[in-house]
Amino acid sequence: MMGMTGPMERPGPPLWLLAELTYRCPLHCVFCYNPVDFARHGQDQELSTADWLRVLREGRELGAVQCGFSGGEPLLRDDLEELVAEARALGYYTNLLTSGVGLTAARAAALKAAGLDHVQLSFQDSTQEINDFLSHTRTFDLKQRVAQMIRDQGWPMVMNVVIHRLNIEHVDRIIAMAAELGAEYLELANTQYYSWAEVNRAHLLPTHDQLKRAEAVTDAWRERLAGQMKLFFVAPDYHEGQPKRCVNGWGSTFLNIAPDGTALPCHTAGMLPGLSFPNVREASLREIWFDSPGFNRFRGTGWMKDPCRSCEHRERDLGGCRCQAYMLSQDVEAADPVCSKSPHHQLVKNAVADAERRALTGEPPAQPIVFRDRASSLKLSAGR
Amino acid sequence: MTAAAAIGGAALADDPAWAAAVPRIGRSFRFQWESAQNCHVLLYPEGMVRLNQSAGEILKRCDGQQPWSAIVTDLEAAFSATGLAGDVAAFAAMARQQRWVEWA
Repeated sequence: MMGMTGPMERPGPPLWLLAELTYRCPLHCVFCYNPVDFARHGQDQELSTADWLRVLREGRELGAVQCGFSGGEPLLRDDLEELVAEARALGYYTNLLTSGVGLTAARAAALKAAGLDHVQLSFQDSTQEINDFLSHTRTFDLKQRVAQMIRDQGWPMVMNVVIHRLNIEHVDRIIAMAAELGAEYLELANTQYYSWAEVNRAHLLPTHDQLKRAEAVTDAWRERLAGQMKLFFVAPDYHEGQPKRCVNGWGSTFLNIAPDGTALPCHTAGMLPGLSFPNVREASLREIWFDSPGFNRFRGTGWMKDPCRSCEHRERDLGGCRCQAYMLSQDVEAADPVCSKSPHHQLVKNAVADAERRALTGEPPAQPIVFRDRASSLKLSAGR
Repeated sequence: MTAAAAIGGAALADDPAWAAAVPRIGRSFRFQWESAQNCHVLLYPEGMVRLNQSAGEILKRCDGQQPWSAIVTDLEAAFSATGLAGDVAAFAAMARQQRWVEWA
C-alpha cells in the first residue's frame, strides 16, 4: 500500500491530547472550527464521565503530557472539575480553553483545587462584540471579571484572539486591552479557513495591507511589552504562499477526541471523505494511535504525489493541511493549495484578490455572514 | 549554550549573592520526569521543553530549599566531578532568562 517507500518509522507518542468535551456553546462565533454539522451530534451522544476518565488514563499511558479541555464551551460539562482532577493526578499539564462565559469565582476555585494548571481565555467576536471592541463595554467587563478570577487563582494569564477582517483593524486596541488585563501571553491567531470560517471566508479574509499593518502594530507592541507579555502573531497561510504542517504532522503529536468519542488527528479531519476514524468507545487509544488506518493515512511522506513527492520542502511542511487540500481541490492527496507550487494555487489567489477588490469597492460578500448556531448547522449540513 | 550566557555564567559563579540564592522552578512551569520520553521536561501553557541530562539534574535540585552553592556541591558529589560552578552558573543565567527558574 505504501508503494516504493520503506517501512514507516513508528510514530512517537501523542504529546497533546485535546478533549473536546462538548459542541454546546453559548457563543456563535463565525470562525468556529467545530464541524459545520455539529448539530447532528447531540448532547446524548457525548462521552460519559467514565469514558473520558478512561481516555485520560490511556492517553497518559501512551505518553501524552499536555491535556486540553475545549469544546464548544467546556464549562458546560458539569464533570469538568472531576476530569481536570484526574488529568492532573495522572501528571498531565492541564489546559482549559474557554471564552470565560459561565466561569464564576466558585467554579474557578474548584478548578484550581482540582489542579488546573492554566486557563486560555479567548476573546470572541460576534457583530455585537466587535462593536464592543470599539466602545469596550460588555466584552471588556466580562474579560476583566474573568481575568481577575484567573489572577486570584494564580494561573498564568494566557489570551487568544482569532484575527480576521472584521477585527484586524482593532489589533492595537486588542493588544492594549490584553496588556491592561495583565496578559503574559497573547496569541493573535489569524483565521484558518476551515469549518465555519470557510463558510464565512469572504467576510473574514483580510487584505494584504491590513495584515501588514496588523503585523507592524504587533511588532511595535512586542518591543514595548518585552519582558511583560509574549506576543505571538500566527501568520495566515492564504497570504504566505507557503503551507504549514498540519498539527505538526498528521498523527505525529496531536490527538483530538471529539465530543462523541471519535478520535481525530486534527480538529477538522472528520470532513475528509474516504477516511474512517475510530471511536474511543470501541478501541483503545494505543490501537487508535498506532494501528488505525485513519491515523496512518497521511503519516510521513509516502502518500504524496507531485508536486509534493519531489519537492525539496516535503519534510518541512509535509504537504500542508489535508483538510484545506480537500476543501479547495476536492482531492485529499493534493498539495495544500496555499502552496505556490500547487496546481490549485490560483483558487487561493482568487480569494485574496476578491478580498482586495471588495476592500476597494466596498462591495459586500454575496452571501450573508453565517453565525455558528444549531439552525445554521442543520441547514448547512442538509445541503452537503 | 550561547557565548553571552557562558560569560554571564562565569561572572555569576564568582558572585557570592548568586551562590547564596535559593532557586525554584519558575511560576509558569512544571518540572517532571517523562518516562515515555526518557527525559525531564518543563511543561508550560500548551508547551513543553525537553531537557538534556545535565539540565534535568540541575533543575531537579531547584526545589526552593537549597542555595546554588549547595546545588553545585551536590552535583559534584553525584557525578564525582569538581569545578562545576561555572557550568551551573551559566545554565542558571540562561534558565533565569527563560524564566525556567527564579530566585530572589
